[in-house]
Amino acid sequence: MSEQSVTASPLCSVADLTPGSGTAVIWNGEQIALFYLPDQEPCVYGVGNYDPLGGANVISRGIVGDRAGTLVVASPLYKQHFSLRDGRCLEEPDTVLPVYPVAIAGDQVVIHD
Amino acid sequence: MNDKTDNVVIIGNGMVGHHFATTLATEGSEANIVIVGEEPRCAYDRVHLSELFAGKAPADLALATEEQYKRLGIEVRLGSAVVSVDTGQHEIELADNTRLQYDKLVMATGSYPFVPPIPGNTLKGCFVYRTIEDLDAIRSAAENASTGVVIGGGLLGLECANALKNLGLDTHVVEFAPGLMGVQLDTTGSAVLREHIEALDVTVHTDTATQEIAAEDNRLILRFANGSTLETDLVVFSAGIRPQDQLARDADLEVGPRGGIVVDEQCVTSHPDVLAIGECALYDNRIFGLVAPGYRMAETAVATLSSGTERFTGADMSTKLKLLGVEVGSIGDAHGADESSQAYTYRDPVRNVYRRMNVSADGRFITGAVLVGDTEPYDQILQHYLNHLPLPDAPESLLVSAAEGGGLSADLLPDSAAVCSCHNVTKGEIVASVAKGCVDLGELKSTTRASTGCGGCAALLKSVFDTELEAQGIAVDKSICEHFAHTRQELFHICQVEQIRDMPTLLSRHGQGLGCDICKPAAASIFASLYNDYVLDAQHVGLQDTNDHMLANMQKNGTYSVVPRIPGGEITPDKLIAIGEVAKRYDLYTKITGGQRIDLFGAHAHELPLIWRELVDAGFETGHAYGKSLRTVKSCVGSTWCRYGVQDSVGMALTLENRYKGLRSPHKLKLAVSGCTRECAEAQSKDVGVIATEGGWNLYVGGNGGMRPRHADLFATDLDDATLIRYIDRFLMFYVRTADRLQRTSVWLESLEGGLDYAREVVIDDSLGIGAELEAQMASIVGTYQCEWKTTIEDPEQLKRFRAFANSDEPDPGVRFVRERGQKRPAREEELINLAVEV
Repeated sequence: MSEQSVTASPLCSVADLTPGSGTAVIWNGEQIALFYLPDQEPCVYGVGNYDPLGGANVISRGIVGDRAGTLVVASPLYKQHFSLRDGRCLEEPDTVLPVYPVAIAGDQVVIHD
Repeated sequence: MNDKTDNVVIIGNGMVGHHFATTLATEGSEANIVIVGEEPRCAYDRVHLSELFAGKAPADLALATEEQYKRLGIEVRLGSAVVSVDTGQHEIELADNTRLQYDKLVMATGSYPFVPPIPGNTLKGCFVYRTIEDLDAIRSAAENASTGVVIGGGLLGLECANALKNLGLDTHVVEFAPGLMGVQLDTTGSAVLREHIEALDVTVHTDTATQEIAAEDNRLILRFANGSTLETDLVVFSAGIRPQDQLARDADLEVGPRGGIVVDEQCVTSHPDVLAIGECALYDNRIFGLVAPGYRMAETAVATLSSGTERFTGADMSTKLKLLGVEVGSIGDAHGADESSQAYTYRDPVRNVYRRMNVSADGRFITGAVLVGDTEPYDQILQHYLNHLPLPDAPESLLVSAAEGGGLSADLLPDSAAVCSCHNVTKGEIVASVAKGCVDLGELKSTTRASTGCGGCAALLKSVFDTELEAQGIAVDKSICEHFAHTRQELFHICQVEQIRDMPTLLSRHGQGLGCDICKPAAASIFASLYNDYVLDAQHVGLQDTNDHMLANMQKNGTYSVVPRIPGGEITPDKLIAIGEVAKRYDLYTKITGGQRIDLFGAHAHELPLIWRELVDAGFETGHAYGKSLRTVKSCVGSTWCRYGVQDSVGMALTLENRYKGLRSPHKLKLAVSGCTRECAEAQSKDVGVIATEGGWNLYVGGNGGMRPRHADLFATDLDDATLIRYIDRFLMFYVRTADRLQRTSVWLESLEGGLDYAREVVIDDSLGIGAELEAQMASIVGTYQCEWKTTIEDPEQLKRFRAFANSDEPDPGVRFVRERGQKRPAREEELINLAVEV
């Protein structure tokens, strides 16, 4: 990912993100929950903002952390945990959030097409 | 003997009769159970009768309702006196001439108060102390009285003196014998008890025989044998009890020479189909006038009817209680009547504590004990006595304190040892529960009922439980989550001692990993309780739970509800209009809450700062409905308007709400203030409830509604404003410091070793010496209060967090509303599909 893809589109600026917390963006009509974890590698993660268990666009407002080493976000509605890396729900493994290839490029957060 | 048990009739609906009937019904008996009770109400807790004058209502003392009896299949006839028993015909006759057939009859007729044969003992102004009706009569007589006399200085007499004192009377106790509680205490113990009681402004007259009571000018004059007199408004006889055995006598059942229906160890009387239990029964020539032996008899009688093997072979009459707030305990041979016994004694002249322990001639076993002023060692001495355990090497250590004396090692106790004597729970049953997988003390209490009666065995129960867990190799993990090997209480102390103010420091010094949705909000709450920083500071914002994160309550469709603070539920028309205008402008669904304020639903995240700008301009502050923090202080209108109010409850509610608003705590906190005992503000269902009295405020703690409703416990009475606030400061801060995450005050109180009494010692007596520190910490929280919404709307950096999308100003297109009853509500799933088609 160190090499900039020519097809990357900007989503928002890094200054729009809050360290240790989530932010939603809209991209081609899809809602993406971005999580900015400056101490992690990579430091930005993108999963679907729609919580399929709670039925609302709220994932970006969940608390991030880890469960047995897996980076997760807890849904703010009913507190199920979703992996930030593969979108899988720890409590209900058949439920998976879409994962978006996001990255930081300069002062921008971008998504690779 | 008639082996049929189709019809079981119980005469008497006191505590013991009640226990018998409910035990029989719940153990699956198919008999028709009929209770005939002379009193007009269902069984109640007679032991705590004096609490009726300390704020409790008769319903608080009730052990059952007619509805509950009905559900158990028990027929109950209240207000029915039985006039005769015909053992030949197996029937009883009631006062209204009804006859009831029985196969088995259980007499639980209890006792009646002994009134000494003093001339004038039936004059107007003379009472006995036995039933709720007796207390009602005493209460109305006390309304125009200034002085009350109790005749009888025994256990019941002092309990009665407490009641008179609670009624505000100048109280005297008159005792014929040389000392108070002569049955349970030795001479020195009596004398120490007397000093304690006199310090409470109760006048004690011992060695005083009343010869006559005379009426003069609407008052009563007591003339004593020593020639002195005492003028009073009312007299209560509490000079002992006598077994209520008249029906049995008339039916030719065998009674003892000094009364009492003779029973064998199956509680069967001289007629094989009649049983007797409780204070009316005489076993081995003794009456057992305490409730615990009565319950054992009731259980024995149930076993007798169902061919069980349980036998009643007497009971230990050791007792521990609080009389007028003074702790008193008596075990076994308290007087050292056995002349070969030797006594250890202990005096603490500063606190005026007296303890005496009688041991056998060979010095190996305890034969009895007396404890006055502080009964801390009671449990360990009692267990040594009951289980005939050999004394430790330094027996005197048992008298000093449970902790310093090394405590009682739980493995010394045999399995048969009763740990909880109220509910007769043995060590063996606790061991069995742990073996079955119980690893939680609260669960143990609810399944075995141990320590849920008087609570006196709490420390012993915990020791037996912990020892057993250890013995079975079970380590109990109380870690808050996988990131910290600590409880919330430990984390609180760590943060306080090390002055830790942020999560990365706490994690790096005492935890591991990145944290999670359990420990992060817990840490945020601890930081807020300790330092009261702005909760959306950059270092705290990622720690906040769903609602704190947006300073609003997330609803099911991801929108938020907004609750402005309306202290005490008092609001001006202008402010009411302002809320209405905001709600109208943002099309918010509006509903009145149970906490006397207004909830505005359906706000998009990006609208929250706009809404709050308007609310702040109209003079509102955040209501913290989103936080684990103080919610509301509900109030009734109080003495300002109400014909019955005795204090300004709204004024006090405003003071309390403005004081504690913004206090972050382990769980939400709800308070209420009622202006009189009619209790319109429902203060007894709150974490902290305040009820006005003529003399000030009664304070209740530990109530809650919700899934497991619980009435609050009376904590302190007749407080002035300053003392009330000081106690609440200390109580709340002690809770904030020591409770578990998401533990309401009720569960926290139950989890405290020593429970409510311990909380009282810490808060009222300052037994830990932390009172000033707790007050200072609360003062710091009060002093650093800020309206979080006012701070937020003034900070442009914060405002960007409320946008739905970082790259668009549009609201969330997934949120759809429909209209119902003139307001909007979230569209249901099937409605969303239709809305999508319309688009």
